[in-house]
Amino acid sequence: MEQIKRFLSDFGLPRIIIAVFLLALFMMAPAVGVNVPDALKDVFNRFGMNGILVLALIPMIQAGCGLNFGLPLGIIAGLLGATISIEMGYVGAYGFFFAILTALSFGSFFGLAYGALLNRVKGGEMMIATYVGLSSVMLMQIGWLALPYKSAVMIYGFSGEGLRPTISVDGFWRNILDNFMSIKIYDIFDNMVVTISDFWAYIPGIKWYGKIPGNDIGKWLYEPKLIFAFPTGTILLFLFVALIVWAFFHMKTGTAMTAVGSNPIYARAAGINVNRMRTISVMLSTMLGAMGIIVYQQSFGFIQLYDGPLYMAFPAIAAILIGGARVNKASLPNVFTGVILYQGILVMTPLIFNAMLKLDMSDVIRIIVSQGMILYALTRKTKVLK
Amino acid sequence: MDAILSFRDIGKQFYGNRVLSGVSFDVAAGQIIGLVGENGAGKSTLMKILFSMPEIHETGGYEGSILWNGSEVKFKTPFDALDAGIGMVHQEFSLIPGFTTTENILLNRESLHRSVLTDIFSTRISMLDRENMALRSKKAIAKLGVTLDPNMLIKEMPVGHKQFTEIARELCRDKVKLIVLDEPSAVLTESEAEVLLSSLRLLANEGIAIIFISHRLREIVDLCDQIVVLRDGQKISELPAKGSSVKTIASLMVGRSVETQGQTDVADTYMNYGSSEPIALSVEQLWVDMPGETVRNVAFSVRKGEIFGIGGLAGQGKLGIPNGIMGLSPSGGNVKLHGKPMQLGSPYAALKRGLAFVSEDRRGVGLLLDEGIDWNIAFSAMQIQNKFLKPLLGGLFQWRSDREMLNLANEYIKLLEIKCTGARQRVGNLSGGNQQKVCLAKAFALRPDILFVSEPTRGIDVGAKLVVLETLKKYNSEYGATIIMISSELEELRSICKRIAIVYEGRIEGILPHTAPLDEFGVLMAGAKSETQQGGRSEN
Amino acid sequence: MKKLRLFLIENSVVITFIVLLAIAIPASKLPGQFLLQEILTRLGRSSFLVISLLLPIMAGMGLNFGMVLGAMAGQIGLIFISDWGVIGIPGLLLAMIISLPISVILGWLCGSIMNKAKGREMVTGYILAFFMNGVYMLFALYAMGIIIPVLNLELLLSRGFGLRNVIDLINVRQCLETFIPLKIAGVNIPVLNYLIIAAVGIFIVWFRKTKFGQDMRAAGQDRAVASAAGISVDRTRIFAIIISTVLAGFGQIIFLQNMGTINTTNSHEQTGLFAIASLLIGGASVTKASIPNALIGVILFHLLFLVAPMAGKNLVGSAMIGEYFRQFVSYGVIALALVLYEWKRVAQEDASRAMLRGGVAPDKGKVNTL
Repeated sequence: MEQIKRFLSDFGLPRIIIAVFLLALFMMAPAVGVNVPDALKDVFNRFGMNGILVLALIPMIQAGCGLNFGLPLGIIAGLLGATISIEMGYVGAYGFFFAILTALSFGSFFGLAYGALLNRVKGGEMMIATYVGLSSVMLMQIGWLALPYKSAVMIYGFSGEGLRPTISVDGFWRNILDNFMSIKIYDIFDNMVVTISDFWAYIPGIKWYGKIPGNDIGKWLYEPKLIFAFPTGTILLFLFVALIVWAFFHMKTGTAMTAVGSNPIYARAAGINVNRMRTISVMLSTMLGAMGIIVYQQSFGFIQLYDGPLYMAFPAIAAILIGGARVNKASLPNVFTGVILYQGILVMTPLIFNAMLKLDMSDVIRIIVSQGMILYALTRKTKVLK
Repeated sequence: MDAILSFRDIGKQFYGNRVLSGVSFDVAAGQIIGLVGENGAGKSTLMKILFSMPEIHETGGYEGSILWNGSEVKFKTPFDALDAGIGMVHQEFSLIPGFTTTENILLNRESLHRSVLTDIFSTRISMLDRENMALRSKKAIAKLGVTLDPNMLIKEMPVGHKQFTEIARELCRDKVKLIVLDEPSAVLTESEAEVLLSSLRLLANEGIAIIFISHRLREIVDLCDQIVVLRDGQKISELPAKGSSVKTIASLMVGRSVETQGQTDVADTYMNYGSSEPIALSVEQLWVDMPGETVRNVAFSVRKGEIFGIGGLAGQGKLGIPNGIMGLSPSGGNVKLHGKPMQLGSPYAALKRGLAFVSEDRRGVGLLLDEGIDWNIAFSAMQIQNKFLKPLLGGLFQWRSDREMLNLANEYIKLLEIKCTGARQRVGNLSGGNQQKVCLAKAFALRPDILFVSEPTRGIDVGAKLVVLETLKKYNSEYGATIIMISSELEELRSICKRIAIVYEGRIEGILPHTAPLDEFGVLMAGAKSETQQGGRSEN
Repeated sequence: MKKLRLFLIENSVVITFIVLLAIAIPASKLPGQFLLQEILTRLGRSSFLVISLLLPIMAGMGLNFGMVLGAMAGQIGLIFISDWGVIGIPGLLLAMIISLPISVILGWLCGSIMNKAKGREMVTGYILAFFMNGVYMLFALYAMGIIIPVLNLELLLSRGFGLRNVIDLINVRQCLETFIPLKIAGVNIPVLNYLIIAAVGIFIVWFRKTKFGQDMRAAGQDRAVASAAGISVDRTRIFAIIISTVLAGFGQIIFLQNMGTINTTNSHEQTGLFAIASLLIGGASVTKASIPNALIGVILFHLLFLVAPMAGKNLVGSAMIGEYFRQFVSYGVIALALVLYEWKRVAQEDASRAMLRGGVAPDKGKVNTL
């Protein structure tokens, strides 16, 4: 009994409810006729898509700056990177990495200023961050309209100036990571064909096909049915960035940052420049946010400008909190479990509700789960004893 | 005179730790009682019992009885005590900064206009009767014999006026008979304190009894009728103020029976440091702005390999000295390390020059409660001296070696007998004594030349105390390190230091050898030396 | 001279906006009578909402982002009277009566949650508003027509439950504005709205002078001292939020009857933003706000609202830039107010530390003579 109680308080009741809820949804799925491989495909896809955005929250939480409600600032840096890359006309992997590098440099610059501001409002970071994020999105609306972009794919055709609210990355770097070494399962004439990178194909139960030029599958008269897909490249990049974050927190600077978040006075007494550490953490958060949105866009297929990034911080924050993070402590397992649980709920609830009640309640459930989780974290006493 | 308040055999223990036993004394109407004692003598616990503070109930109540107007009382909450006519003025101001004098004096006791609505709903929706409030506050201020602007905002007031506002607030209760003042003059200037004392005399003449708690023994002797001296939770003496000298009271406060068997021997082993040793640290004109522990002008020097003690009562500034030198509090002055000037205000610079500090605020400054023992011990050494780091890619990255940290932690766990489940246990879950050992290990891991240790045995059990003190001595003798120990416990200082400086009101009142008689220390601690010999603080 | 400088500093936000408008109004080339009419109308419909923010500020809880909860309660009231077909002023009164208990419950909830998150009331209220929006959607889109019977089927979606996106408030539309018709020089003046606003203004002024108001101010300035003096701080804070929520509910009813329609799922979303931005533009801060702040703020904010697109078009050739600028201002002014508030707080902490210095400095001079 004692143990159960401790487990409940450590793990948090809301998290258990969500995990059990998700499990129940998955168990119900076959019974109500939901296509499970399809749902899983969606979950993996969103896992890779959102992962880095959630990862972006770790540095600031660890440095004691709280939940980064100002994530939209990083996203704006990412949007700048993406649009500039398209403006230059770079396509494919080159365009994608150019976008990321540009985004990172904007992100570091924004993060520096944002960090300097947050250092002057210690204790009130979260509310300030929220409104810094919102105001920067609003200010950038003018930017999207007024900046001298010329690329025909991005600007309004008729007026000739100002960017469109949604810009397709098709033909630039859409799905470039998703397709990298992706594992797909097709149904071709009732045969299960497993492909890697749409290149190496294998029909279970029959034989190796060896090399099939990837494009051939699509050219067949019979449209092959995609049963399942695993976005290997996206997830690999996410894991790679997670590895870098993990490594960072195993280095001297990362260790100092953790100490600053745990007890800033201890850190100061140990000769650490607390403000510098906080600034670095804000820069890292902003840069990861900038990179994260580009990875998101290559999966999603579109760049959303104007008020698109306004509420982008909430899903990421909800995910990391569902994963078990606290306002002042977060780890990589928090990110992984959080993204899986949160995106799992987002994918499964509309499917199940549609199948059972013919009702799409996904919006309502998304709002209640994510905001409820943030609310729960805010009202919980931070565990650090003073 | 009949006593309005009597303490009868009051005793109290916190978790088996006895802090008060058998304290009895009476307070008569119009009498001023001075309550004196060292820190931890039990003064504040006694007052908490009188006011029935929640922490008293939560720790199992108290022994003995309190008689108020001749009959026994047991107040349920502090508010009951206030209603009965006992007022308390705390050391820290309890005033609302944006309210006027009048509003503060009548806080939550405002005069109200009655109306029909009030009768239907609650009195909380009646309008304030500002005229009547002004009248009442003026009356209360008048009792003090001072002039206060009733419409001035607290935040715009000089400190002295705030103190008077607090007292006026207690006076303004309808039937206040007794006022307890806890260190009321600590924040006041000389002249403000004078005015305060004469106000208090005025109140006493009106028949209000006063319990006056102060470290300023001169004030106690000047103001009070009767003086009660507490030491180690017991009433040591009760004597009329008339005819008592500051010196006698001071020695009563600290004068334990001299049972320092063996301890002098221990100290003797540290006599062998030669005065030919070079000066390791010299401090001149040091001022430190540490809240509640202000250092005004401190000078001393310590030789290499010495264990130097700094003592004094709480709030006099002894804690400010290490915090200032280590750069944790704003400070200034000339500090020389091995003859070379040291930069003040930067913890990094101090640590880099081979200083280390075990803070008195273990949980606040000394530890990362959320991290393991290994982190806590190794962190400073890693950040300052690049220990426990492996360079990667030709030194481009500094990789943390968790294994080396763990080894170090295990070493200290064994050496200091830290009781834990393992080197990765969260420090927040350790007991106070073991936490203190972790703090020491953290400092030792830096291998400092000069080690400041502040209140190393506060709040830890006897066994841990011994280990801590032994380890300090060992570190001193093995590495020839200089140790500067700051402690409220005089006996402890006398047991391991050779010379002990006593701090009073932000200055070093004097430096004595550990063999000096106790009452000499007492006189220094009470600031009586400057008062008796130099004729008052003001001329200092 | 010094007084003038102080005046300028204290009113810097208001002055900035007046200067901004002095450029934008002529540039917009909008006719004066149109502007006057619009401002008088908007003053009548929005001021009540802004005034609802005053008490929590007095109680030290900052800008009440949770006022959106009250707005939801008001909308629920309006939805019911539309369903039941109650018309005119009685309809509005009934809507207010329906909203009252809902507001009280929501306000109590909001206040209790904020008490659990002392020191971060604002961000908590902000998130709570989003959370309750989810609950509200559950009510509006699913419960209506399934759990709660709806008489007027025209309110419902074609699927038979859940409210339509837009609800026409034809029954109560602008019944306040037209109740006492008064037209001066071709400009309609909503007299009854102003009377109601005057009434709530008097209520606020009266409330400040009561014992309750005094307790609220005390709790707002120093929770510890107030509670040591026997004031039950937590209850006082909850009460401040309840009153604010109830007033916000009434305010939303007044606002929507003027607009004439409810956007079922998002009418309330911008309520908090606009009300808070108005109050701050009127010169209020996180810790201090008055009725004049509210009224001046409504006028300035809505003038900017009105002229920004046209001014943008005439000045930089794009109406959208003006519109985006206005949106930026709404958020930016809140960001600015929050930053100023935190800076001030940090500076005050430093100052109170300095007070404890207890004359360190004077001694320094003396040392040299020794």
